[in-house]
Amino acid sequence: MDDSSKLVGKAHPGARTGSVPLKDPLPMVLRVPTAPYRPGDSPSFVAFSHQPDDLPRPDTLASYESLREHAIGLIRVLDADGSARGDWQPQLSPQQLRSGLEMMLRARHLDVRMIAMQRQGRLSFYVSSKGEEAAAVAGAAAYLHGDVLFPSYRQPGLFLVRGMPMVTIICQSIGNVGDNTGGRQMPVHYSWRAGNVVSISSPVGTQFPQAVGAAMAFAYRGERHVVGTWIGDGTAAQGDFHYALNFASVFRPPCVLHVVDNQWAISTHRSIATGGATFAARADAYRLPGLRVDGNDYLAVYAAEAWAVERARRGGGTTLIELVTYRRDAHSTSDDPSQYRAAGEPDCWPGGDPIERLKQHLIVIGEWSEESHQSLNAALEQEAAATFQMAESFGTNATGLGHASDALFHDVYREMPPHLQAQRAEALGETDAPQKEEPAILRFVEGPRRAAG
Amino acid sequence: MSTMNMIQAVRSALDVMLERDPDVCVFGEDAGYFGGVFRATQGLQQKYGSRRVFDTPLAEGGIIGVAIGMGMNGLRPVPEIQFSDYMYPAFDQITNELAKLRYRSAGEWTAPLTIRTPSGGGIRGGLFHSQSPEAYYTHTPGLCVVMPSNPHDAKGLLISSIESDDPVIFFEPKRLYRGSFDGDPESVPPWRDQPEAEVPEEHYRTPLGQAHIVRPGDELTVIAWGTMVHVARAAIQEAAIDAELIDLCTLLPLDLATITASVEKTGRCVVVHEAPRTCGFGAEVVALIQEHCFWNMESPVLRVTGWDTPFPCGQEWDYLPNRERIAGAMRAVLAA
Repeated sequence: MDDSSKLVGKAHPGARTGSVPLKDPLPMVLRVPTAPYRPGDSPSFVAFSHQPDDLPRPDTLASYESLREHAIGLIRVLDADGSARGDWQPQLSPQQLRSGLEMMLRARHLDVRMIAMQRQGRLSFYVSSKGEEAAAVAGAAAYLHGDVLFPSYRQPGLFLVRGMPMVTIICQSIGNVGDNTGGRQMPVHYSWRAGNVVSISSPVGTQFPQAVGAAMAFAYRGERHVVGTWIGDGTAAQGDFHYALNFASVFRPPCVLHVVDNQWAISTHRSIATGGATFAARADAYRLPGLRVDGNDYLAVYAAEAWAVERARRGGGTTLIELVTYRRDAHSTSDDPSQYRAAGEPDCWPGGDPIERLKQHLIVIGEWSEESHQSLNAALEQEAAATFQMAESFGTNATGLGHASDALFHDVYREMPPHLQAQRAEALGETDAPQKEEPAILRFVEGPRRAAG
Repeated sequence: MSTMNMIQAVRSALDVMLERDPDVCVFGEDAGYFGGVFRATQGLQQKYGSRRVFDTPLAEGGIIGVAIGMGMNGLRPVPEIQFSDYMYPAFDQITNELAKLRYRSAGEWTAPLTIRTPSGGGIRGGLFHSQSPEAYYTHTPGLCVVMPSNPHDAKGLLISSIESDDPVIFFEPKRLYRGSFDGDPESVPPWRDQPEAEVPEEHYRTPLGQAHIVRPGDELTVIAWGTMVHVARAAIQEAAIDAELIDLCTLLPLDLATITASVEKTGRCVVVHEAPRTCGFGAEVVALIQEHCFWNMESPVLRVTGWDTPFPCGQEWDYLPNRERIAGAMRAVLAA
């Protein structure tokens, strides 16, 4: 008997067909956001409404709930005149402030020189950090040497603060033998183990869970060190962002996670990266404190960073910091922002310039002057030019990068396995082809057979 | 010396390494309190505490991302991915990050992970609990890829993997966890009857990168790994062919010398694996034999593999290589 007809079902008798009445329906359309301004538009931004006195600075072990306003507001210290105000003023000496200014200015001159050299064909590629120097320099300044940092690729200032020589930075970008990582990576993918700064890779966001894991290792060993890591606004859409926050929420390691919101991911505006209000607000769902910070305010960045680092070092776990800043240059030397961004937008963005703002503050407190700034500016411009020249003495694309021809076979494994040894020999022309006593064609005529002997 | 099945051998290796090295830690989905869905980590949290052996969120990309950071910061993590079919969310972290970390930083940063994961079919696991994805990883320079076929090797290879400073993907053929296998779906020959189930309680190493000759022979060479080693052995016995059976044990780096020595001797070869044929690791083995042993060959090399389909649940035994298919291939290369 064939029972197969029993396998044929009927439509569920309770399933309704047709339409149902809806109260005041909204249009059913696909929402696709775009940037507020595109080429041809006249950008006009509203000034930041947040003031330095808005938000209190709680104890570093305060509950995450008590910081909800900090995740949707904006932590600021410098006011429009360059004076420092409010609870979040960091305890930084004039010398420390001048040092921060110098490091930001050094990073900027490095960027300017690198872009100029890329235009001349002396670098294959470069990524400018113009306008985001405070996020890198003030951020890094809040950590101790034993802490480990997992930066993103737009943070040369962080490497400078952690002691990577500018000449090594440039050699890395040229890819010559002066590169401590052997010329293996594209420009700006630095690594500086001596300063506990982890190697940068191109896949964005992968460092976020890695940093949480590194922080878990500190907690595992009971060491009071902290891990810091940085990604961009575009990258906050990656799964790795959420892996990191969830693991940080569950295991509470001493970590500081940062989203550097520079408004743009190549041509993708932040409004495509998130449908929500702020990146810092995402911390709340993970029971982590979120701090939203004026990323071009050196004092505010340092203060927020120091708060989160202290919280982590005291055993309070992970903090998410959003640094609100602006990418003044192109994404990289490979794109032209005039194709996707309104002309003049960088200059009218309300966050200002981090170097100008710290310079103004130092002048206001009587610890700096236009003259000393001009003098420092000239010295650092000269330093960047001279250092680039020195870096080229280790090799250039034109004269040769100086790598041993078999260098590419090293560091795949701790020791070179047999198949790589064979390929290395092949590349060097040392290989023995399979030995044949007769021309191959004759063997085929005779048919495959076992070799004599 | 004890008699262990493969799960007990894996657990013993983890136990030994947790005992010896305070930087070794074990974690994964259900790997802590419960001891893993296959019970490989059973009792280890009770013995070493939840700092050393712990449960994680259900996020393979997060597990491996976090493990890499732990490894970069001085630990020697042994994360478990519950089934190798579920490792793909971590593929970016494994292939772009873990495998390339030493190279991209010229040795400044490394992460000595051993990622344990059950693989292969034979347990009615269907499409998503049966895959043999080793070729995705053997195609990635910087990784070591290991697949033991018996309790003794499982313990020794796992210890060597954990002690290795290179990252290792350690595939555990789940059909072999509880018993050996002779190709008969209904039969689970107990490990206690097999000499490879004699496992020392203490620390020992089985070297990575070395294939094992399971059975010497002169007529042809059969190359297999994981569960298929046992099916091939049963096929050889049943067909009464004097075949030399090689268990690769480590796929990357591959022990080419053992392969070429055998094939140069026999002049005939069959490669057996569970994974689909196209671009399976067997393709690499055949290519190497062609390059290195061509002038010694008496007949073409044949592959007996899973078909180029997803892994079917109900027709599992039509999909997997069996004794008959292996015997047929052996007869074909002997007749050529």
